[in-house]
Amino acid sequence: MSNNTPPKTRSVIPIGPFHPLQEEPELFRLHVEGETVVDVDVEIGWNHRGIEKLAEDRTWDQVTFLIERICGICSTSHPIAYVQAVEDCCGGVDVPERALYIRTVIAELERLHSHLLWTGLAGHFLGYNTIFMWGWKYREPVLDICEELTGNRNHYAMIKPGGVRRDLDPSLFPSVHKRLDELKKQVELLIGAVTDDPVLHARLKGIGVLTKEDAIDYCALGPVSRASGVPADVRRNHPYAAYDRVDWDVITAEKGDVYDKTIVRLLECLESIKIIHQCLDNMPEGEIDAKIEEVPPGEGIGHGEAPRGETIHYVRSDGTNSPIRHKVRAPTYMNLPTCKATVIGESITDATIILAAIDPCYCCTERTAAIDAGSKKTIMTGKDLIRLSQEKTLRLRKELGL
Amino acid sequence: MGVTVKALMKSPWVFHVSAGGCNGCDIEVLDCLTPRFDIERFGAVLVGSVRHADALLVTGAMNRKSAYRLKELYRQAAKPCLVIAIGACACGQGIFRGSYAMVQPLDELLPPGVVTAYIPGCPPKPEAMIAGLG
Repeated sequence: MSNNTPPKTRSVIPIGPFHPLQEEPELFRLHVEGETVVDVDVEIGWNHRGIEKLAEDRTWDQVTFLIERICGICSTSHPIAYVQAVEDCCGGVDVPERALYIRTVIAELERLHSHLLWTGLAGHFLGYNTIFMWGWKYREPVLDICEELTGNRNHYAMIKPGGVRRDLDPSLFPSVHKRLDELKKQVELLIGAVTDDPVLHARLKGIGVLTKEDAIDYCALGPVSRASGVPADVRRNHPYAAYDRVDWDVITAEKGDVYDKTIVRLLECLESIKIIHQCLDNMPEGEIDAKIEEVPPGEGIGHGEAPRGETIHYVRSDGTNSPIRHKVRAPTYMNLPTCKATVIGESITDATIILAAIDPCYCCTERTAAIDAGSKKTIMTGKDLIRLSQEKTLRLRKELGL
Repeated sequence: MGVTVKALMKSPWVFHVSAGGCNGCDIEVLDCLTPRFDIERFGAVLVGSVRHADALLVTGAMNRKSAYRLKELYRQAAKPCLVIAIGACACGQGIFRGSYAMVQPLDELLPPGVVTAYIPGCPPKPEAMIAGLG
């Protein structure tokens, strides 16, 4: 060899599937040369539960409970998207105003606790456990509010096709307002702690940058795309529930590094508090359920902005009392590929926080590919179908000379 | 209950295994560590390796991919090792019973009598988990 530096060998560092840092099982393979990450590979499937298939055996009302258990954190966003799909399938149900406001309140409480949870975990990934303890301590009052309003800390079971299952008790509102005001001060304190801390600046700024172009190319969703300057928020772009009746801002940042993703999430907490205050103040009186009698044959699509990004549900009905097809498109599945753009070229020490910066939720992401070993046939997944359709488009374009 | 097991239960070092659940229980397990509940005041610590653990906290309904890993983790654990089933899924597959992805409930998957405590709930409250550990 002409120079004396030894050739760099590539080695693989597995993170997971049962890793002490992660609360969920997933497996990242970091291909590294020295300290630098050159490639990343993710393996999922440890949490696959076959929910789409299970949904076909349940009635329209029962599916709501199943869909809630896609994810313990986004346990209202998925049902909201699902019931909107069912309402769409029924040809547009006139959902009572009060129900829309209640949906908004629960969805925002969920966003609030999810973002605080992520902030805590991000601190934990950095080895900065003070932030972990703070974030989770401030999250507790939100869970208390959830428990008082809905009866459970997670899995609220509030949403049903055509409305909501339970009414909110107005006598609880003053205490909710009071605790949210306290929480606002605490979140502001947390924002101050993050923005003032030189250690966090050093660890978070300029690493894991997702440029605006990459965010658009990879179809990033939610806070990941908003931190890169893409104002993609389905609450604003296609308003559902009561989001078009309250005043709030879409938070965006420009740089797309981990620091911006943190700040976007923390500022969104303040927006959520603002939305909940307005919804509780302006909540109209009246019915909470449109009482859907039957679901006619057809198909419907519903969407919702989960704390991690847009979630889409598709249902198809044949007129019986259960869906014949239910498709879920969860946000992390779209955000995960952005790791290819962000983590490559960074050092191993930063890799964990960059991988965590998309707020990954593997419970939402799980897919499976079934292989019939006998006949060597692969059953196509959605991804394969997209690939096939893209190949077909390319072929057609070539044939047509476009 | 032997003396050893009784001694272990005073301040269990726990390893958390999520095996095909919805994350709800996992978050509540982590919640036990944070200031509101703080199980470390009872001597329970979440450890990074199963070889250091006195107890496995298992959540989730055991799907095809994770069931094998769970058995492997139990095999690696130093015995006696308590297994605590957390949540409706770990107790009896919960809402996911009958799915093509699920193999067996936790107590059928591991040797008989290994699962020491069942903490039901969807998800169980941290108070329930603390009561179950104690």
